[in-house]
Amino acid sequence: MNWLGRLSLDALPLYSPIAAIGAGVEVLAGLAIVLLIWRKGWWTRLWRDWLTTVDHKKLGVMYVVLALVMLLRGFADAFLMRTQQAIALNSEGILPPDHFDQIFTAHGTIMIFFMAMPFLVGLLNIVVPLQIGARDVAFPRLNAMSLWMTAAGAALVLLSLVLGTFSTAGWTGYPPYSELATTPDTGVDYWIWSVLIAGVGSTMTGINFLVTILRERAPGMTLMRMPLLTWTALVTSVLMVFAFPALTVSTVMLALDRDLGMHFFTNGGGGNMMNYMNLFWIWGHPEVYILILPAFGIFSEVVATFSRKPLFGYASLVYATAAIGILSFTVWLHHFFTMGASANVNAAFGIATMVIAVPTGVKVFDWLFTMYHGRVRFTAPMLWTLGFIVTFVIGGATGVLLSIPPVDFAMHNSVFLVAHFHNMLVPGALFGYLAGYMYWFPKVFGFRLDERWGKRSFWAWIIGFYLAFMPLYATGIMGMPRRMEHYSNAAWQPLLWVAELGAVFIGIGVLCLAIQLAVSIRHREALRDTTGDPWDGRTLEWATASPPPAWNFDVQPTVHALDELAWRKARHYDATADGAPAPIVMPNDTASGVWLGALAFVFGFAMVWYVWWLAALSLCGLIGFVVFAMFSETPEFRVVDAPEVTPC
Amino acid sequence: MLSAHDRFQRGALIDHHMAHTFEAREIGFWWYLLSDAIIFALLFVTYGVMVDRTAGGPDAAALVDLNRAFIETLCLLASSFTFALADLAAEGNDRPRTVAWLAVTTMLGGAFLCIEGLEFIELVLAGAGPDRSGFLSAFFTLVGTHGLHVSVGMIGLLALLAQIRVFGLSRPVKSRLRRLGLFWHFLDVIWVGVFTFVYLAGSL
Repeated sequence: MNWLGRLSLDALPLYSPIAAIGAGVEVLAGLAIVLLIWRKGWWTRLWRDWLTTVDHKKLGVMYVVLALVMLLRGFADAFLMRTQQAIALNSEGILPPDHFDQIFTAHGTIMIFFMAMPFLVGLLNIVVPLQIGARDVAFPRLNAMSLWMTAAGAALVLLSLVLGTFSTAGWTGYPPYSELATTPDTGVDYWIWSVLIAGVGSTMTGINFLVTILRERAPGMTLMRMPLLTWTALVTSVLMVFAFPALTVSTVMLALDRDLGMHFFTNGGGGNMMNYMNLFWIWGHPEVYILILPAFGIFSEVVATFSRKPLFGYASLVYATAAIGILSFTVWLHHFFTMGASANVNAAFGIATMVIAVPTGVKVFDWLFTMYHGRVRFTAPMLWTLGFIVTFVIGGATGVLLSIPPVDFAMHNSVFLVAHFHNMLVPGALFGYLAGYMYWFPKVFGFRLDERWGKRSFWAWIIGFYLAFMPLYATGIMGMPRRMEHYSNAAWQPLLWVAELGAVFIGIGVLCLAIQLAVSIRHREALRDTTGDPWDGRTLEWATASPPPAWNFDVQPTVHALDELAWRKARHYDATADGAPAPIVMPNDTASGVWLGALAFVFGFAMVWYVWWLAALSLCGLIGFVVFAMFSETPEFRVVDAPEVTPC
Repeated sequence: MLSAHDRFQRGALIDHHMAHTFEAREIGFWWYLLSDAIIFALLFVTYGVMVDRTAGGPDAAALVDLNRAFIETLCLLASSFTFALADLAAEGNDRPRTVAWLAVTTMLGGAFLCIEGLEFIELVLAGAGPDRSGFLSAFFTLVGTHGLHVSVGMIGLLALLAQIRVFGLSRPVKSRLRRLGLFWHFLDVIWVGVFTFVYLAGSL
């Protein structure tokens, strides 16, 4: 018996010089961070204040840090792909085919699961409890566990660069290519287990935020007084709870095919690979809206604040959000129009796909009318929002085009499609998260981010975006398939060089983000927010100090109106009317989240490498851990003294 | 030093907070059950898609033993009933009776798992394992996922029995008992589906 499963020296990334360099950079960066913490003597503080915390704001910050780190990795992958395609006319370019396939798979997997998901969950974690006037989420410990499950999945993906290979099956992992017979190495297994582990964390997050929003709202905050970000968080949570099980089912079945020789999706043995597409996209399409709806919420907050006006058509925005949430479950088949369903089926899903553009259009008009006759301040978050509105409409138009099945037959699997979904997700999700990051940063850290570098980052991103993706619409129409490692059509190459230039601009945008953070930290005294309300905000999160105390509000506010803070400012409301300070019940910190994440990581690792004894051991550990956690009879809460309220 | 009054007030605050949290946990658990129900729904659909994909191997009619499935059903339905009795006993703070009914539930659950395990082993030995055909993959996965859930419920039952021994019928223990009960009844509902669509339909 081999104690290390299929792990051997062959696992080192010597198949491609670029992979070896990437692995080296990753290992050295990791070592440098560990060394830095060691030299500065930060271990105790890191462990006590951060790793074991259950404070939703700190968990949110760690989610966002994870997302930004993974954004760097995902961008590096994107840049390599653009460079390869710019060069590789009738030549091999810089990447061996197998490595190129790993890169486009890793890029998609990372950007969806380990950049966008942690980014949005992090922002929701930071903002939603504050916006509804809550002390914390409903289940603070579960919240920590969700974070560490997500981190475990991300760690598995990062590890795949150093040990073994990542999947070459695309971020959707379609069988039969992802079956053992076609791809016997570790790649697909890394993909399955990282996605599964992070997915369980996301399901728990969904449940947590559902219960939080339904039960922890401050007195007076009815559903129709909830800020729009909270509304999108609610709908997103419902989608998470109902959609992620489909991901669990499809990936587990794929794992069963690979590990136990089953025949769900194989070519032989009665397998039906079409069922994978159905199961995967029953999760996958709602996932698009899980990513986009919170960004819509952020844009709504930003537009209202920086136009100094209430949102136009608040109720229509709420109903549009809910409608999108429901419709998102009715369109999954448009992801495989060309796979042989009948014309009637395709027509039904095509119409559903066109219909979903309607509530989205309603939203765009609501944002435009919010700005109309407003006193618009062109801050960095506002620029991201404006850039989003213009760019997203273009992407939406190409989406309606693709929703016509006959057109889709011509366009599917071309880079036109790649351009389309980047056109939705880059402005529709990432721009929103970056707007939210710059908007709420002062709330969390007590100082604003530098505006100039924020704007530079925006302009580099938006120019880069158009340069990088508009040419792909053109090459797509010219017939260029996606995922091409090299090609022989010289007409595509000039456009691909333009796309490469776009990637350079986006790289500058990423660099500006890093500079912005560094500059802002250096100038933090000048950028200090002493009021708790640096933007003249409208909603409750700006009614408490920046950074807020661990219990969020010294006295839980009573809510009188939509845009409660704006209401209070207009009436010179005396906050002492909310009540006198009283002792507060706070959740205790716990290391259980970290241990759970660590066990899940070891389990995933063992499953990838067929180290069965370790898999069994870590699984027993996981079960024992949960049973042990059930045994805690002592309250997980303590009482802190009534805060002393300083009159302002 | 805290005065007696302060200590009392703090205790009352924690109590109130715990009650609020237990309620939230029950609601959260309902949402979890809904997401779990979706997992089963997709497994049922997959079974429906795969039921004819036998790849020349045995089909449902060939391997379904309705008598055995009927006994399994009786075990599980009875265990749901005894769990409800345990829940009632706990409500009335009747510790011995709670323990007794939970023990009966555990035994019935164990009996169910034994019969199911036996069925699986026989099938595998007869060359009708999950790797034989798409149909058998779907069969083992659907029935097995239910069985896995029952196993998890068994771990929960044993843990609860241990907790009652250590802590008595404390509020956290009762709250867990309530949620495990929801889980156990949920599994019963799922089994009715399995029995109908796999065993009854298969025996036709």
